Amino acid sequence: MSERAEEIVTFDNVGLRYGTEPEVLSNISFTLYPGSFYFLTGASGAGKTSLLKLLYLAQRPSRGGIRMLGQDLITMPREKLPELRRQLGVVFQNFRLVPHLSAFDNVALPLRLSGANEARVMKAVSDMLDWVGLSHRAHAIPATMSGGEQQRVAIARAVIARPRMLIADEPTGNVDPEMALKLLRLFEALNHRVGTTVVVATHDVHLLKKVPDSLIMRLHKGQLSDPTGALRYPPRPSAPRAMSSPGASEGEP
Amino acid sequence: MSAAEMPMLEADGEAGADPAPPLRPRTARSGALLLQPRLAGPMPWVIAILIALVLVAAAGGLALRNLTNASRSDLAAAVSVQVIEPDAELRSMRADQVAAILADAPLVRSVRVVPEAELAALLDPWLGAGATSEDVPIPALIDVELIRRASAGEIAAIEAAVAEAGLADGALRIDAQSEWLRPVHDALSALQYLALALIALVALATMAAVWLAARNAFTTHRETVEIVHLLGGTDRQITAIFTRAVLREAVLGAVLGASLGAGAVWLLGLQFAGLGSGFVAGGGLAATDWLVLAAVPLAGALLALLTARITIALALKAML
Repeated sequence: MSERAEEIVTFDNVGLRYGTEPEVLSNISFTLYPGSFYFLTGASGAGKTSLLKLLYLAQRPSRGGIRMLGQDLITMPREKLPELRRQLGVVFQNFRLVPHLSAFDNVALPLRLSGANEARVMKAVSDMLDWVGLSHRAHAIPATMSGGEQQRVAIARAVIARPRMLIADEPTGNVDPEMALKLLRLFEALNHRVGTTVVVATHDVHLLKKVPDSLIMRLHKGQLSDPTGALRYPPRPSAPRAMSSPGASEGEP
Repeated sequence: MSAAEMPMLEADGEAGADPAPPLRPRTARSGALLLQPRLAGPMPWVIAILIALVLVAAAGGLALRNLTNASRSDLAAAVSVQVIEPDAELRSMRADQVAAILADAPLVRSVRVVPEAELAALLDPWLGAGATSEDVPIPALIDVELIRRASAGEIAAIEAAVAEAGLADGALRIDAQSEWLRPVHDALSALQYLALALIALVALATMAAVWLAARNAFTTHRETVEIVHLLGGTDRQITAIFTRAVLREAVLGAVLGASLGAGAVWLLGLQFAGLGSGFVAGGGLAATDWLVLAAVPLAGALLALLTARITIALALKAML
């Protein structure tokens, strides 16, 4: 298998600006590998959410190149994007649950969008709600749920279709430290057991130490710093691959 | 890996004691679960009013067309001959002679000298009751029915045949009856074009109303649309959800509008039938006309559906 096919995401000198404003992201180059766990850190306004928007295909870059799951996003026609999006799981900062749908139906959404039959949806969603401890709240609508419950519904929705990459924007922002740690363990479980690539944006530096094998991407004023070179693109032959990547074969650059 | 292998998170304290209800989806149709957008509340009424207007305009246009056609076919093959002679006796004699010549002329199917009493009755409103040709010279009138519509040349030939017999010495006038009503027919044609223009305008108004309502519905549900998009929903799936909602409201509006319009057309038909005018009698609606009218609500619903589909598709195209 070629190196490109193994990469989950490659950013090559990407820049992003909104309208005629100055660039919010400049010269961003990195590679994410399958099965790795990444933290994206930076102060407020550093560009974390903008970078995540590029990752979960809510935005196209103003310049540069992005490859995701072996496909060139710059030249990819709009009609092809849904297929790619279905391979991603996203936990939005404010959860973005559909307000008129129950917890069950919110979690079921990705499966139903991909055309899964109802029997499979029933089983998978029941298991998932059980997993996040919300079976008893299956029919609750978001407005009647606590912040922590909504967050778990959002996470269950993000992982129900077994995405190849999970992107979480400040997933621990609205919960207490104990719940934050539980959520982090949940992401780790997904990463270790399913091999899902996880990208978690956070400004909480204490979280970074909780996942020892994780790689850290730091954003400062729209520029990415990568002190270890682990994210470098193009990768150097001697550059370390994703440290926690179970899918990476030894000896490959 | 199954989900059950993943770590269990503790439930929040306040809800932890509740027994888990059976998990049942609200409906088996995924589309209905995504969004249930409703257009602006009065939308079915707006569509109903517009469809009722189209129905009345279409029925009026069709009735006018039928009226014009019937009138034209009645008059196209008819000629009137006036024998102008002050002397009543001479006038009557000449009328009989002209009628005899016309009866043998080519193209003529039948000839009838209109009795003087009938003419007097026709002129009563203008001359007053009891007026006779002795008080005011009234031309003798001969109705001539032709085999078919005659050209101007053929009318001239008939006139020449009468002249040859020495009966057209300036006291005879032959008119194709269709010429009398040409201005009326022109006016009826103008009204038909007006009905068509009205239908086109109402169709445009329907499209505009649906466009606005669909855009409003899209704006209202934009957040949900974005979520569905980001979770991998396709334009087709999202468009289908909105067009289902539009179809539901358009069908409701079409049924209401058809009922209102049909009622109005029926009442107008009764009013015109009550006039008892021979001219208006030709303006009835044929079975095919009713089929055309029945297609109006269907076309209206389809137009609304198409407009909504295009509106939503264009709005989605503006999103990544």
